[in-house]
Amino acid sequence: MTGRAMLEVNNLKKYYRVTSGLISRSIGEIRAVDGVSLTVNKSEVLGLVGESGCGKSTLGKTILRLEEPTSGEIKFNGIDVVSLDRRSLRELRGKMQIVFQDPDSSLDPRMTIGGTIAEAFTVHGISDPVEMEDRIARLLEKVGLEADFGERYPHEFSGGQKQRIGIARALAMDPQLIIADEPVSALDVSVQAQILNLMMDIRDRDGLAYIFVSHDLSVVRYLSDRVAVMYLGKIVETADKTEFFRNPLHPYTEALLSAIASLRPEGGERILLTGDVPSPLDPPSGCRFHTRCRRVMPVCSQIDPELNQIAPGHLVSCHLYA
Amino acid sequence: MKPETVLEVKDLKTWFFTRRGTVKAVNGVDFVLRKGECLCLVGESGCGKTVTALSILRLFDNPPGRIVGGQVMYKGADLTTCPMPYLREVRGGDIAMVFQNAQSSLNPVFTIGDQIAEQVMVHERISRAKALDRARTLMEEMNIPQPVRALKMYPHQMSGGMKQRAMIAMSLSCSPEILIADEPTTSVDVTIRAQIIHILRELKIRRQMSIIFITHDLSLVKEIGDRAAVVYGGRVVEVAAVENILKSPAHPYTVGLIDCLPDVSSQAKRLPSIPGNTPNPLEMPPGCPFHPRCSRVMDICRLTMPASVKITDVHKVSCHLFGDKNGGIAR
Repeated sequence: MTGRAMLEVNNLKKYYRVTSGLISRSIGEIRAVDGVSLTVNKSEVLGLVGESGCGKSTLGKTILRLEEPTSGEIKFNGIDVVSLDRRSLRELRGKMQIVFQDPDSSLDPRMTIGGTIAEAFTVHGISDPVEMEDRIARLLEKVGLEADFGERYPHEFSGGQKQRIGIARALAMDPQLIIADEPVSALDVSVQAQILNLMMDIRDRDGLAYIFVSHDLSVVRYLSDRVAVMYLGKIVETADKTEFFRNPLHPYTEALLSAIASLRPEGGERILLTGDVPSPLDPPSGCRFHTRCRRVMPVCSQIDPELNQIAPGHLVSCHLYA
Repeated sequence: MKPETVLEVKDLKTWFFTRRGTVKAVNGVDFVLRKGECLCLVGESGCGKTVTALSILRLFDNPPGRIVGGQVMYKGADLTTCPMPYLREVRGGDIAMVFQNAQSSLNPVFTIGDQIAEQVMVHERISRAKALDRARTLMEEMNIPQPVRALKMYPHQMSGGMKQRAMIAMSLSCSPEILIADEPTTSVDVTIRAQIIHILRELKIRRQMSIIFITHDLSLVKEIGDRAAVVYGGRVVEVAAVENILKSPAHPYTVGLIDCLPDVSSQAKRLPSIPGNTPNPLEMPPGCPFHPRCSRVMDICRLTMPASVKITDVHKVSCHLFGDKNGGIAR
């Protein structure tokens, strides 16, 4: 961790109002992201882990302001992202990009691959056709496709190739940060490895940083430098990768790790969590995990624990370590 | 010593005759299922593992699909040719199936209790009250909190994990001898997945049930399987006890699958990967279907389909690397 962080997120919140009936009476709000703070340094990979509905995808989108934050602060290279007007935001988006989970639904089936990538250039003011074509060819080669694939349509490609195209498009404006939202979970195992390798090659070559959103801890372990675990809109634990997998502290992290045979510590027991993730519309009081925690104490249902530093770089939000 | 065989699939071929050509989705699958064991069918999308499962109970769409060869032997009868009324009794009664997507397998306009009771009443002549009572016991067995309340719920009121457990409860309602579970945990979260795996392991032990567990995830195979059959291009390319498959895989495809799991070689800088994509089922390569992606391909692989060879008593593989030196066929 050297110098200033490239991305700083402070106490970010994204609430969705839930309405019902004809007059859209408000019946509550979903706190999808509820006070998240994190930093990402230059060419660092932050793995963001959690179960479905924990807010990890919303967090990714809110950082790019694809969703407007309810409150909080986002700083990218010192620029306050939240207060940017549309034009400056568009400029900034070239440097912060997103790759989605489903490559099928993120490509326009009626547009050639080249056309899809060219849109990124047009938006950012590059319109010289010769330059554009040249850059498209270079991008396709960069992600391991053939330069003349630009003429083809999405249905001519396999899932893995489509995800490569998604990555090529994200790389169009030489971004510094890519938020990858479950980029490999829709792919077959043998193809998954190809895409992970490609992402790591790009990072090594171009010094990119990633926020890698995933539910798969073994993938996160492979490519992250740091890991953060989310549960119901909050980060419950974050640490450097080695520390995280060697010394998981939060009972939720422990359970997540123990669910996967190869990640379970030597001789470790399998921890079975009871019940489901509670509804974010009506999260439990106090610590949100207390309804499923095997080490629950009386204080847990009353006071929401703070995110405390336990060791250098290792933060946990749990009363056990307060 | 060897436990009895409850189901035997012999050279099963299920082809789909489409306008664009013939898809040989299942093209000569062989395996046996023994009492009280969990056999995992492992493979990537399109390899034919799901069609294999559907073929056992003839649940695929016909047309375009048709079983063009092979047998599925259960209790002395061949399920591929037996009369429909008999098959209907076997379905759900003796052999039950759990599908990947619980959401689309449950009827949205009936309560869970009604749906479970319906199945019980179809197979056994008992009253609705008794059937509902059975449903409650099953829901308890599935560790569903407040089972009585859960029975009165409609599918949309339940979470994904609960729906999947309700599906398992439904499939168990007539105490089947065999449970076929097709990717039952793919659409649920890790912690819920752990719960479902736990339930299936318990069932295997307590009820001595035989399970065919279909998955693409090798780490799950380690969790639940006794034996595993690796499927590629519509055929079983390797079958062995789970520890043999994971520790000493023989087929280059199995080796590749295991190597490209990120957790096994977590310290390595690059993940080994299998080049190329799974083959287009309309244009299966000649010879061994894996040869275009295989790192150890030989001339013979492009021409002839390898036969299944025993490398130990419990380990069989279909690969020319392990063939008889004279090119003969050992079975």
